Amino acid sequence: MSLFSNTAVLLSKELRTEFRSRELLTTTVVFILVVLILFSFAISPTTEESREFGPGLLWLAILFAASLMLQPCFLREQSNDTLSSLRLAVSDPFSIFLAKLVANTLFLLLTELIMLPFFAIFYNVPILPEFPWLLLVLFLGSLGISVAGTALSAISAQARMRELLLPLLLLPLLTPVLVVSATVTVSLFERDPIVKGKGIAFLAVFDVVFLTALWLFGEYLLEE
Amino acid sequence: MSKRIILGAVAILLVIASAYAAFFIAPEERTMGVIQRIFYFHVASAWAGFTAFFLCFIGNLLYVWKRAQKYDWLAVSGAEVGLAFTTVVLITGPIWAHPVWGIWWTWDARLTSTFVLWLLYVSYLLLRTLVEEPDRRALLSSLFGIFAFIDVPLVFGAIRWWRTQHPQPVIAGGQGSGLEPTMKAVFFFSAFAMHVFMAFLVTERYALEKMQTETDFLAREVEAQ
Repeated sequence: MSLFSNTAVLLSKELRTEFRSRELLTTTVVFILVVLILFSFAISPTTEESREFGPGLLWLAILFAASLMLQPCFLREQSNDTLSSLRLAVSDPFSIFLAKLVANTLFLLLTELIMLPFFAIFYNVPILPEFPWLLLVLFLGSLGISVAGTALSAISAQARMRELLLPLLLLPLLTPVLVVSATVTVSLFERDPIVKGKGIAFLAVFDVVFLTALWLFGEYLLEE
Repeated sequence: MSKRIILGAVAILLVIASAYAAFFIAPEERTMGVIQRIFYFHVASAWAGFTAFFLCFIGNLLYVWKRAQKYDWLAVSGAEVGLAFTTVVLITGPIWAHPVWGIWWTWDARLTSTFVLWLLYVSYLLLRTLVEEPDRRALLSSLFGIFAFIDVPLVFGAIRWWRTQHPQPVIAGGQGSGLEPTMKAVFFFSAFAMHVFMAFLVTERYALEKMQTETDFLAREVEAQ
């Protein structure tokens, strides 16, 4: 039980830190917007093409944005020297990860929700008919990105060239999330139920596998 | 010392023998012709590379558990040697694909997942260069290695969503698959030879890493005095 109460306290700390400045959210939203517009300049798609490629580009933009957004996650604790106090304060170090990854998932989801109307307009994609499913895919994909990303940002924070290192470690690891989320999002607009069901199950499996790995090995990531 | 020389000599002789077998003993494939002979080299290297990555994973797990430097040496040796074999796979693949498929590269399931596997271990070795302190480097890279290895089946599963163009599994595949007996014998001999060669490279790399750690330690001792 203490795991959840600890996590709740830490989560409120993460949320409060972010909503005081809203630095991460604003920069990520603008970043995704810029990338989506640049993609469209780079390939200047027709209406049909933009429906076909749009979801992939959206997920790519989310992935790049996440690899930037996850940078300060542990770096901030390190530069303020708060990580050891956090470790002393909680009985199970997994709650530190849990709080951070829930916060990151929420931030990612929020940016995605802000971006969706722009995406729908720019890429001429009908998002409303399958909206609940789209939300589910966004949630499972963002959870996967956050779980793996939180773990790897704890690694990269302890290395040199950390700003470059995190995307290099994270992006290849997240290939499954990118492939499946993009495919499922395309299938939502094409109304293909088989791809949808299988893809959502796959994303859930990815999330569970990496959550378990983080639960098993997370404490070693925080060793002093 | 002599043990290493013997293992090296055996490994090299086996690889030469398997090359001879692939070129002169195995029968010529009916439709693809002589280019099919690259298969003995390509698939055998792939198997040896995967085994080396598995050794790296074992080293990673054991390091996190026991914290002995030797497991980190095993892990880095496995990763580097595995990367070399996977590079061979990624080079011999297109050489075969160009005459047979008419293209050098296609985003098919097995090609793509091998390429992602290659990238993951490049990241692993890159991470190692960016952490100075040996114990920290060993721990962090072990944890990344574990995450990367867990990711491999997921990468493969995810990429199978695309239509695959790679030949269906020939060994232990479904009905209608299978190799002509001589081809099969030559293939398993090549796979064995590649594994011995891989084991030789891993032991050499392991000895090198051990020596490196010892010289680093001595250098620091001298500096401290």
